[in-house]
Amino acid sequence: MTAPDRRERRWRATDRPDDRGRPPGSLVVALLLACATLITLDYRGGADSPLEPARRALGEVVGPAETAAAAAVRPFTAVPDWFRSHDSLREDLDDLEAENAALRAQLRSSGVDRNRLEEYDGLTTAARDLGRALVPARVVGMGPSQSFSRTVTIDAGSEAGLTPDLTVLNDDGLVGRILRVTRTTATVLLIVDPGSTVGGRVGDSMEVGFLTGRDEIGDGGLLDLELVDESVVPARDAPVLTWGSEGGAPYVAGVPIGRVTRVYSDVRETTQRAVIEPYVDFGALDVVGVVVASGSDSDRAVVEADGSLR
Amino acid sequence: MTGVRIVLSALALAVALVLQVTVFSHLAWQGVVPNLCLLLVVATALVRGAQPAMLLGFAGGLLLDLAPPADHVAGRWALALVLVGYVAGRMRQDTRPTAVAVVATVAACSFVGTSVFALSGLLLEPHAPGVPHLLAVIGVAVVWDVALTPFVLPAAMAGFRRLDPQRVPA
Repeated sequence: MTAPDRRERRWRATDRPDDRGRPPGSLVVALLLACATLITLDYRGGADSPLEPARRALGEVVGPAETAAAAAVRPFTAVPDWFRSHDSLREDLDDLEAENAALRAQLRSSGVDRNRLEEYDGLTTAARDLGRALVPARVVGMGPSQSFSRTVTIDAGSEAGLTPDLTVLNDDGLVGRILRVTRTTATVLLIVDPGSTVGGRVGDSMEVGFLTGRDEIGDGGLLDLELVDESVVPARDAPVLTWGSEGGAPYVAGVPIGRVTRVYSDVRETTQRAVIEPYVDFGALDVVGVVVASGSDSDRAVVEADGSLR
Repeated sequence: MTGVRIVLSALALAVALVLQVTVFSHLAWQGVVPNLCLLLVVATALVRGAQPAMLLGFAGGLLLDLAPPADHVAGRWALALVLVGYVAGRMRQDTRPTAVAVVATVAACSFVGTSVFALSGLLLEPHAPGVPHLLAVIGVAVVWDVALTPFVLPAAMAGFRRLDPQRVPA
């Protein structure tokens, strides 16, 4: 390319500054300052940050869209799910068949819509064990790992009687707690998120400790258990349950969390640490239940403590 | 025309976000999904330059920061995608970009965007993950974004080209 040519092109460049590579400096500065302002506002604000109303407003719009999209793709996503769970279920088939027969007998006598009940009978058992009511919901959106936080959206919100800091579980065990709600959706912080802390009790020794999400890449997720009494060594395969928060928020007591898979002692901090494998498969979350006070108002059928639908 | 362009761009971002959290979460590998909003920002930058791409990146980042189920300090994705818009805009050529150039741009931008987000997390979040975890996630994210480039970028670039009134069709 000759020199005049190059100059010519440079002239054109100044004619249309936004169409060439370099954007105007004022725009760059303005956008970067805007980002810095947002980060500062939200970071300093914490739980009652000035961006919470914006979060909620956007959730009111995006939430229903996520619910609709999840419903639209559910028939397709159910196919690989079916194959995957088919493999793992085959092992448990014998046990479940006996249990199923008993549940079916119950269903026939209850006279409620059988198909719907079948979907919820896992949850029903969970509600009976805990003595509380459950609002059933489905997971409609999952936060990507790129965001480095483990959160999901469920399709029940304040209209279903949900408020922040309620326990979320499924028929395998503890899933997480509700962070914030919109009218029709809620955001759930999973227990495998590194920022989540749950009070846990080792089932066979009644020792208490704290479970935090383990920093690991993967669909599933593991938890770290740190016991309060540092002289106790938790046994392998011991079950861990929640010990419950005051007033049942954010975690109710007695929900199974997972089992101990590995134990190691931290010499520097002189504590015992155990790795917990959660009972819940966080890569394939679908139907979950939110623990509410028995008899609370909801826009859907609530699974009551005695196992009945209301 | 400008109004239509803004509305359509916003709509494209919203669709990308919803697909990302609902549909692609089922295809996620190690929990990482392709970042469709980032791909849209790169497409805008390659067709229309850095300025619109940075604006779109800011809007898309804000959407990623605030829409459920996000729960991190808001403004982090906005910052990452503004920088992606800037970088992709600087990589833009006068001629129509070749396939190799597009893929290289996406790879570079995906790396820059995910890294900026991850690094801001190290500074701001109390429970930031360790560096090996960050690198693994960034690596998977780049692979995902590059893998989806042939499906998303041509369509998105064609779309933005049609919306651009000043530009003669190349």
